[in-house]
Amino acid sequence: MSVLPYLVAGWIFLIGCYGLATSRNLIHAVGCLAVCQASTYVLLLAVGYRDGGTAPVFSDLKPGTRPVVDPVVQALTLTDVVVGATVTALLLALVVQVGKRHGTVDPDELSELRG
Amino acid sequence: MSRRARLWVLAVGGLGLAVLLFAASLELPGFGGDWHPYGVRAVEAALARHTSNVVAAVNFDQRAFDTLGEESILFCAALGTVVLLRQTSDEHRVRPEPARVAPPVRRYALVALPVTLLIGLYIVAHGQLSPGGGFQGGVVVATALHLLYIAVDYRALERIRPIGLYAMADAAGEAAYLLLGAAGLIAGTAYLANVLPYGTFNTLASGGTVPLLNAAVGVEVASGVVVLLASFLDQAVEIVDADDPDSSGRNSDQDNSGRPRAPDNSDQPPAPDTSGRTPTPHNPPEEKPT
Repeated sequence: MSVLPYLVAGWIFLIGCYGLATSRNLIHAVGCLAVCQASTYVLLLAVGYRDGGTAPVFSDLKPGTRPVVDPVVQALTLTDVVVGATVTALLLALVVQVGKRHGTVDPDELSELRG
Repeated sequence: MSRRARLWVLAVGGLGLAVLLFAASLELPGFGGDWHPYGVRAVEAALARHTSNVVAAVNFDQRAFDTLGEESILFCAALGTVVLLRQTSDEHRVRPEPARVAPPVRRYALVALPVTLLIGLYIVAHGQLSPGGGFQGGVVVATALHLLYIAVDYRALERIRPIGLYAMADAAGEAAYLLLGAAGLIAGTAYLANVLPYGTFNTLASGGTVPLLNAAVGVEVASGVVVLLASFLDQAVEIVDADDPDSSGRNSDQDNSGRPRAPDNSDQPPAPDTSGRTPTPHNPPEEKPT
């Protein structure tokens, strides 16, 4: 079934969205956002895969002897991972401050405005 | 909106999105197919520029400008985290107590530290040849430094981790990337063009500007991760707000969520007078109640 990896990526994205919407804890919500982002890794790498392909690294591989997988999407995934990790750190810093100022990290209890 | 209504909206939206994603995935090129026009061209361009790791060639040569944006996101996120987690006026720092570490843990971590550091530097330096590069190696280097926290204690980590210096190194890495890009302008071509000689294929000095950009990114990522982790660790270990009347309640919250204070509740007989107002930021096994 040649669409299964794409469907897996979609499923990971939807399950992350479900977690985000039903989350009762902001740390958990940040984790769910990371799950959503993980679906893009799966999608990108699935798009770039080639049957029988190996890593696009030619330090021990003679060019042209074997098919290689698409390096462009791999580079995109690397970008994605780095940005995801740093944004997660920034969001967790926000959660730390929310927890300190409001005494709770439940998004449902954070509805009131406070100066 | 009530919880129930929200779930219904989520179900409808999720179902709609699932249908769209399914329809879209049927139109995508089949999994494992042979048609990768960009991939084929990227491999050709990387081999023409003597860079054997094609992913590094894409990141630091063909799409180097995109990586500049990525690096800037990293820089801004580190900056934002430092600003968000800075010590506020109603908080003060408690010097962490020296902690006792089990000898096998100390031995193993002290052996692993230089090895990990070397592996990290190797990964940064060989980014143009083998899988790895500045981003991956930088994280490994930063992790290696934090093995000292496991091996000794937080004070030892602070001694090898002057935050100001690492923050400057973070900025210097970002600046080095920008200036290496400007080298292309000076040479008379485009910004971030690969202007250096390409070197011999599959040697350390191949790939033109790729190893230099990797080194700049390695410096930035390593120091950026150190600064990021320092902000979080300071919050967990050093910064307390004892003057705040509700700090005792918050401290007990932290204990419940597995913060460092948990062990001395379980491993030691309950000492009188240490609960409530006395913040114990670290996990010193032989800590005296103050």
